[in-house]
Amino acid sequence: MLVGNFLELAQVVEQEMVKAFTMVAEKHTDEPDVYETCSLLAKWSKQHLKDLEPFAQKYPAKPNVSPPRMERMKFDNEQKGSFALMRDLQDLWLLATEADTCWLILAQAAAGLRDDELKATLTILQKTTKRQIAWLQTRIKQAAPQTLIVGI
Amino acid sequence: MKQTRDSIADIWGERTPYYNEQWPIRLDERVEEEPHHWVQAACVLCSAGCGIDIGVKDGKIVGVRGRSVDAVSRGRLGPKGLHGWVANNSKDRLTKPMIRKNGQLTEASWDEAMNLIVSKSKDIIDQHTSLGIGFYTSGQMFLEEYYTLAVIGKAGLGTPHMDGNTRLCTATSAAALKVTFGSDGQPGSYTDLDSAEVIMHVGHNIASQQTVLWMRILDRLEGPNPPKLIVIDPRKTYTAAKATVHLRPKIGTNIPVLNGIINILIKEGLIDHNFINAHTVGFDELKAVTDKWNPKRVEEVSGVPESDLRAAAMLLGNTRTLVSTALQGVYQSMQATASAVQVNNIHLIRGLIAKPGCGIYQMNGQPTAQNTRETGADGDMPGFRNSGNEAHMKQLAELWNVEVEKIPHWSPPTHAMQIFRYCETGSIKMLWISGTNPAVSMPQLGRIRKILSREDLFVIVQDAFMTETCEFADVILPAAIWGEKTGCTTNVDRTVHICHKAIEPPGEAKSDLDIFIDYARRMDFRDKDNRPLPKWNTPEEAFEAWKECTRGRPCDYTGMSYAKLSEGSGIQWPCNEKYPNGTPHLYTDLHFATDYDNCEAFGYDLDTGAAITAEQYKLIDPKGKAFLKSTDYQPPYEEPDGEYPLWLTTGRVVYQFHTRTKTGRSKELCDAAPDSFVQISEEDAATYGIEEGDMVEVTSRRGSVLQPAVIGNIEQGIVFIPFHYGYWDDDSRSRAANELTYTDWDPISKQPHFKYSAVKIRKVAENTWDGPSEKAEHMQRVDNHNFKMEGA
Repeated sequence: MLVGNFLELAQVVEQEMVKAFTMVAEKHTDEPDVYETCSLLAKWSKQHLKDLEPFAQKYPAKPNVSPPRMERMKFDNEQKGSFALMRDLQDLWLLATEADTCWLILAQAAAGLRDDELKATLTILQKTTKRQIAWLQTRIKQAAPQTLIVGI
Repeated sequence: MKQTRDSIADIWGERTPYYNEQWPIRLDERVEEEPHHWVQAACVLCSAGCGIDIGVKDGKIVGVRGRSVDAVSRGRLGPKGLHGWVANNSKDRLTKPMIRKNGQLTEASWDEAMNLIVSKSKDIIDQHTSLGIGFYTSGQMFLEEYYTLAVIGKAGLGTPHMDGNTRLCTATSAAALKVTFGSDGQPGSYTDLDSAEVIMHVGHNIASQQTVLWMRILDRLEGPNPPKLIVIDPRKTYTAAKATVHLRPKIGTNIPVLNGIINILIKEGLIDHNFINAHTVGFDELKAVTDKWNPKRVEEVSGVPESDLRAAAMLLGNTRTLVSTALQGVYQSMQATASAVQVNNIHLIRGLIAKPGCGIYQMNGQPTAQNTRETGADGDMPGFRNSGNEAHMKQLAELWNVEVEKIPHWSPPTHAMQIFRYCETGSIKMLWISGTNPAVSMPQLGRIRKILSREDLFVIVQDAFMTETCEFADVILPAAIWGEKTGCTTNVDRTVHICHKAIEPPGEAKSDLDIFIDYARRMDFRDKDNRPLPKWNTPEEAFEAWKECTRGRPCDYTGMSYAKLSEGSGIQWPCNEKYPNGTPHLYTDLHFATDYDNCEAFGYDLDTGAAITAEQYKLIDPKGKAFLKSTDYQPPYEEPDGEYPLWLTTGRVVYQFHTRTKTGRSKELCDAAPDSFVQISEEDAATYGIEEGDMVEVTSRRGSVLQPAVIGNIEQGIVFIPFHYGYWDDDSRSRAANELTYTDWDPISKQPHFKYSAVKIRKVAENTWDGPSEKAEHMQRVDNHNFKMEGA
């Protein structure tokens, strides 16, 4: 069974989310709403990690099976300004979407395993991940025209 | 000089007790000379919207009186209304356009000034499109002027960058109404106060802010069956002095307190299940969110004692009628929209809405803020249309006879804080400021001054006076004000008043409408048939065009006309064929404006502000049911710490309005409230060795100010500074409250958080200063007197 291995992958994604939201927040402190909201969304991902913990215990990962990792952006570049912000938000969106599909995949497994507890937890995680994605989309839509047309 | 009462010494005047009948008339008047004739208008020095007659002699305003036929005031006026008009006659009015040449502002002709603006606009559009142009307007102009500006911005230029200073004062009101009811528009009427058994003021010092509305409540308190008052405010205000229950939450804890009240109402079964089932969605979620907020936890977080919270909840839970009001203590604080929505929720779960005695007033801060919102001169679409609804945008395109693509509706229009951010990054190149003074009223003034002085930002300031903002202008346009032009104003309870022109503007000053139309003509905006856009030139033509824009919308004006508005009292919208005399209460059929086809917004995530999309909304369309939305508590973004151990909160004093551009010209108002101050608790005063009148330095991470100390009537750990005072009449010290405030805003309404900043204080001088200490003493005398009046 590889459920544990996939849970491990999901944890890595959420760890990256915490790191990425925090980095983007701190990089764009000149955009107060980005700073505050990304800080809040980092907390949500931290909570996700806590929520996943009992299931990582319950479904230990099989040794020597390392799940293939997706190539992801690093957020620790020094670029600031509106163009960099939009790219950072886009990268966060990609990351959050990966988390979203993790819950989809795990929820299918949970159904097959008849693990109601895992299913219930995944429903909650899915909901908050979608809220993270919704904010990113809203903010990207707001930033895009100004950035691309009058961008500095 | 003749006056019926001294409104400085006794703010609210004589009582006319009453209950459940028409509010008795009391005619207030103040004239310097006997007028030759009177001209009908409405007062524009707060959001109450009292009818007023302007007294004219020899082409000059010589006084004012209330209008006894007026439903809002029944003849009364407050101190600002009785005195503020002298600003029209002030010697320091702007009378000629000015252009900055070699760094100096020099007088110019209208042709020179307007041609410069037009050539600058065209250059920017050529190089960067109209996204390089932004507008920041007011809550104090007339409906006709806002609508004209909105059409110029949205159909002429096609820029999404337009907002009003209503963003600072009333954006949350609009947001909360949209979130709960689907559309802006106050459900209640001021007449609800005539019979309400319980009145709740949340973060709203109504006694100081809307003095005439407060007179109505004072008259109820002296009459038969007086209402019980619940006041939620950390300060002991005039309003709180009259409260049956005064809850004093710590700064930023509105959500715990309101969630706590709802928790008790649900637990005690004091809710209307039939109403909830038939007319709302979301109750289970509301129950789940508030379930965690038992009174004990509320007390731990907010400091409000369990017994007080229960007392408030019991009053709310057992009353048959309820009026609730909310203002800046909610709107400018943490979780603004979420808290304002909880006030709506209390009415919904009790079924106390849309009938006499049951009103929610999500108050406005300014006299015509409602018009800024309705017309789309703020970040909205005209007629409460939904920028996410393609059919709504097509209606506007047809109305204006332009291509729908011209109207910037790809995302919600840009809010003021973001407009200034775009100016800061250099991506907005021209900012046209009309009727507002951001150099004193925006948060974090050091930053605002830096933005306004950017070399690459062309700043136009359209105003009646040389404000602090004018100092940064490249072009100044002298504007006519109230009394010098005709137009309409709509107040909190949807009452539309006409303000007739009484006198000519001074010098070459022009009405805001004439200025905007002049710009449109010089820019040669055209519709699809090559006809000039906008197609009107006069206020009445603009009003008629506006009526067409509102046809079939919640704010329907089609049954009104200038003639009808001039007959006597104001008229409450909607006013149309069905309701020819206007409408006191919205939603009397309990069908709210939430249908997909009707709603002004699809809603938001209350924590992040993420927009719900059209497709998502179709799935949850409640088809006329109201939303019970709720969220959990989040602490304020900035909290006191070791270095900055106190909370700063800002607000108003009764005798001044905004940045005092008008009230600051009245000697009597200025004598009553001459200077800024910092209000400190007795405990903190003792800790820091501060005595009444001592000069105190207040410092935040953004800046510092010097203020004379006023001690008492505030919770320990909190200091208060009024936001009115800037530098135009006294630049001897740093004193504007907004030097200290924090640049941040509510995720939904985008209203800045003026109500909290972390600060430190220290005494810098004994009370030996002639100036400020004497003034502080005087203020204290006035304050004590009025508190005594209140207690009497």
